[in-house]
Amino acid sequence: MDFVAPSLDMAAVMPIVLVLGAAVVAVLVDAFAPPARRAGINVVLSLVALAVALGWIVGRAGTAVVSFNGAVVVDGVALFAQAAIVVFTALSVLLYTETRLDPAGDPFTPAGAALPGSELERVLTLQRVRQTEVYPLTLFASGGMMIFVAAGDLLTMFVALEVLSLPLYLLSSLSRRKRLLSQESGMKYFLLGAFASAFFLYGAALVYGATGSLTFAGIDAAVSGRVGAEPMLLVGMGLLAVGLLFKISAVPFQFWTPDVYQGAPTVVTGFMAAATKTAAFVALLRLFYVALGGLVADWTVLLWVVAAVTMLVGSVLALSQTDIKRMLAYSSIAHAGFLLVGMVAADTAGIASVLFYLLVYGLATIGAFAVVTLVRDAGGEATHLSAWAGLGRRSPLTAAAFALFLLSFAGIPLTSGFIAKLSVFAAAIDGGQAALVVIALVASAIAAFFYVRVIVLMFFSEPAPDGPTVGVPSAATAAVVAVAAVVTVLLGVIPGPVLELATTAAEFVR
Amino acid sequence: MFPWLTTLVLLPAAGAVIVALLPAARPTAAKVTAIGVSLLTLVVMVVAGLQFEVGGPLYQLTEQVTWVAPLGLSWSLGLSGISLALVALTAVATPIVLGAMWTEADASGRSVKAFYALVLLLQSMMLGAFLSTDVLLFYILFEAMLIPMYFLIGMYGGERRQYAAVKFLLYNLFGGLLMLAAVIGLYLQGPAGERTFALADLVALDIDATTQAWLFVGFMIAFAIKAPLWPLHTWLPDAATEATPSQAAYLSGVVDKVGTFGMVALVLPLFPDATQRFAPVVVGLAVVSVLYGGMVAIGQTDIKRIIAFASISHFGVIVLGIFALTSQGTAGSTFYMVSHGLSTAALFLVAGFMIARRGSRQLADYGGLQKPAPILAGFLLVAGLSGLAMPGLATFVSEFLVLLGTFSRYQVAAALATVGIILAALYILIMYQRTMTGPTTPQTEGIKDVRGREAVLIAPLFVLLIALGVAPAPLLDVIDDSTQQTLAEVGVTDPPPVFAAEGGE
Repeated sequence: MDFVAPSLDMAAVMPIVLVLGAAVVAVLVDAFAPPARRAGINVVLSLVALAVALGWIVGRAGTAVVSFNGAVVVDGVALFAQAAIVVFTALSVLLYTETRLDPAGDPFTPAGAALPGSELERVLTLQRVRQTEVYPLTLFASGGMMIFVAAGDLLTMFVALEVLSLPLYLLSSLSRRKRLLSQESGMKYFLLGAFASAFFLYGAALVYGATGSLTFAGIDAAVSGRVGAEPMLLVGMGLLAVGLLFKISAVPFQFWTPDVYQGAPTVVTGFMAAATKTAAFVALLRLFYVALGGLVADWTVLLWVVAAVTMLVGSVLALSQTDIKRMLAYSSIAHAGFLLVGMVAADTAGIASVLFYLLVYGLATIGAFAVVTLVRDAGGEATHLSAWAGLGRRSPLTAAAFALFLLSFAGIPLTSGFIAKLSVFAAAIDGGQAALVVIALVASAIAAFFYVRVIVLMFFSEPAPDGPTVGVPSAATAAVVAVAAVVTVLLGVIPGPVLELATTAAEFVR
Repeated sequence: MFPWLTTLVLLPAAGAVIVALLPAARPTAAKVTAIGVSLLTLVVMVVAGLQFEVGGPLYQLTEQVTWVAPLGLSWSLGLSGISLALVALTAVATPIVLGAMWTEADASGRSVKAFYALVLLLQSMMLGAFLSTDVLLFYILFEAMLIPMYFLIGMYGGERRQYAAVKFLLYNLFGGLLMLAAVIGLYLQGPAGERTFALADLVALDIDATTQAWLFVGFMIAFAIKAPLWPLHTWLPDAATEATPSQAAYLSGVVDKVGTFGMVALVLPLFPDATQRFAPVVVGLAVVSVLYGGMVAIGQTDIKRIIAFASISHFGVIVLGIFALTSQGTAGSTFYMVSHGLSTAALFLVAGFMIARRGSRQLADYGGLQKPAPILAGFLLVAGLSGLAMPGLATFVSEFLVLLGTFSRYQVAAALATVGIILAALYILIMYQRTMTGPTTPQTEGIKDVRGREAVLIAPLFVLLIALGVAPAPLLDVIDDSTQQTLAEVGVTDPPPVFAAEGGE
């Protein structure tokens, strides 16, 4: 066997290298910089690295590279997704810096290892010690996601999955307030996530056994040459799907979502909901469209069912939620279903619509969770729905921004969510999935009910006398909410350029 | 050429932004600005309307700008006779309603400028929907206009406003989502690669019968919820009762006309085969609406609910005329959309005057009002007579045309619908009798008569109702011009006068 040195196109992976490199440097900053300056250095470092990475990605627009012996495929879809992930990460990092809302400091516990309620925790809080590992952790997760969307073989994909997941497990358990809930969520996410990873790995093994290849191009060549698919391949495909459907919170792999979304620090929840969903969805697209394109008839059936159940379960269960974060979690599940509708279309228009949807959903989600951090009482964020009554009368701007995000989630025209839903549904009907779209519309109607309920509560109800206050955020948080709101309107009114970008990007390279 | 129609649509929207930016501490400035903008819009409407030529193409003063190229969406506007009638109604009704809202906004204790800004926004979206010649543009505005109306009811309405607002929104949103599926389905009927939402292109398509049937249902449910047709009407009584009187006047007088407008301007030309196939079913539902609305109105004890159910009955008449598919019926229905808008607005406004004085919506709390307030009694009588289609008023011309047009194709339906007129006489006269005649009660004795502001507001409605009743021809010519072309698109001709109906299809 001849050994051929792999071609390494460093320019193509430079954004990933930048982000992961910044993460490593941030670890060093944590170890060696004076405590008082760690946070500041890490924030600047993270934002600069992300900005340069974004610039690099934009500069490579229109290129498509297969490198590292097929392990990395940086094509239009990957670039679009990487750009979205970088933007989501940067917005989340800005939210991390918020220290004005909570009298005790930023949103994270001073020491994850200190027992909740312990003397150590109290002392560290009093000394205003800041948790600065969150920045490298987030950068590692972000870098993992950027590899995930560009992975060209199953092993790279698995490694990327782990790289992005492990930091998230940690981040989930670092909340400053309601620490037990936060630790529980991190534990739950870790256990179930490890389980899902195992499924993915087993699926990879079976697919390798059936096709003799780990690269997507090799699997594709092996699969499309056959007449009927054998059980081993189908089971492998199913197990791979489990691993990825878990990450996008599709039913029946959604059980972790409400607990983790509720327990994790809200700024991390926003990051997970936006960036993780984008990464996992694009990976799912690439795996099924590129590697398993020959089994399209099989996986459309599988995803059809998962999409229908996900939309309905997500919307129906959201109806009965009384906690705003849990409600947004179920909303996120329902949106995973809507995204799958676009995927079932199984054509380029489907990919483009999903990419656009991921971008607008992610931005609105980060904005919505940022608003959640603003509404507070003595115990931290007031996430019970009853606390939100009359918010529109006390802080009209905050409530208006949140209402805008909810209307976008509900898909009301002149918001970005409408254009996203429209393009997904159009792609699906064109792909012959009219019945699924009808289910999606029913789910949309149900979903509209709980979004509207929050608007009713905020604007039409009288405020409770001892209700929570809306804190005055730092410029960073205010800017994130403003950017998310403006983009939500802008992409609803003039979506043309971004839609075109998504359409041009929607080509996979094998 | 100057973009008159775009100006017409964007002027109120710009006004809404300006009003929203005014300082909250100066509510009067917001009111005056909003009314000024709506009057300016009326002027633009008149200027644009005068350029409309009867006998010209179906859509005139057309404008087209590509909006979202990848979606095939364009900002396409055009003025047909049908849209001219409804645009005129909107432009006339808005300043009146804004004037009537003067005291309502103060009474709510909530932001006055938001109230006025929302109404202007709503007006802009409605004008856009009436003028749009792009199906997706129509859908976007049709759906987006729910939001300002929802906030208007939910923030400024009565005790059960939350319930009413949510019910209003969910009903209409559900219909809208079905329509969205149909809009996409319609779009995909076009040849791949050159698909658009342009109405003219979509009308030219040849769609097979089964697909047409599905798309027809998708559009019709949305429109039948909006212009409430039995059994999808239940949101209107709640919304109209809980909304302030002027909001209710605007809602059932003007906003809901988008539904019936959609039936004439979109459903008929887009789905000619399905229209003919399902016309008997729709006619049946319309007759049920006429009778059901009328009978339930008789049983109501709440003034606003009476008017709301009367509206359902009248919407039944409008739908009946549209789906009779005769030139008289369709033209009569379109004429009725205008006259019903004026008549219902007048009824709700007078009811608002009464409620503002007595502080109650219940019939039982009134009595003998004509002694202390004879002019108010006169107003209610005129508005009521327009509701029961008194000859000499515009509503009479409309109902007569609709029934005439229906009779030539569906005799039984027309005969049953005629009963609706008798029911109308009952509920209107009962309402008048219980509130205005009889002995005064201690509570009604000191009630003041109509003030100058109120008289000024309602006078234009009465003048128009009488003017259009005496001389309907100018407006009817404009409408007839368009409805004839629309019916030609459907491919129906009027049945011969002697024989009943053409044989089965």
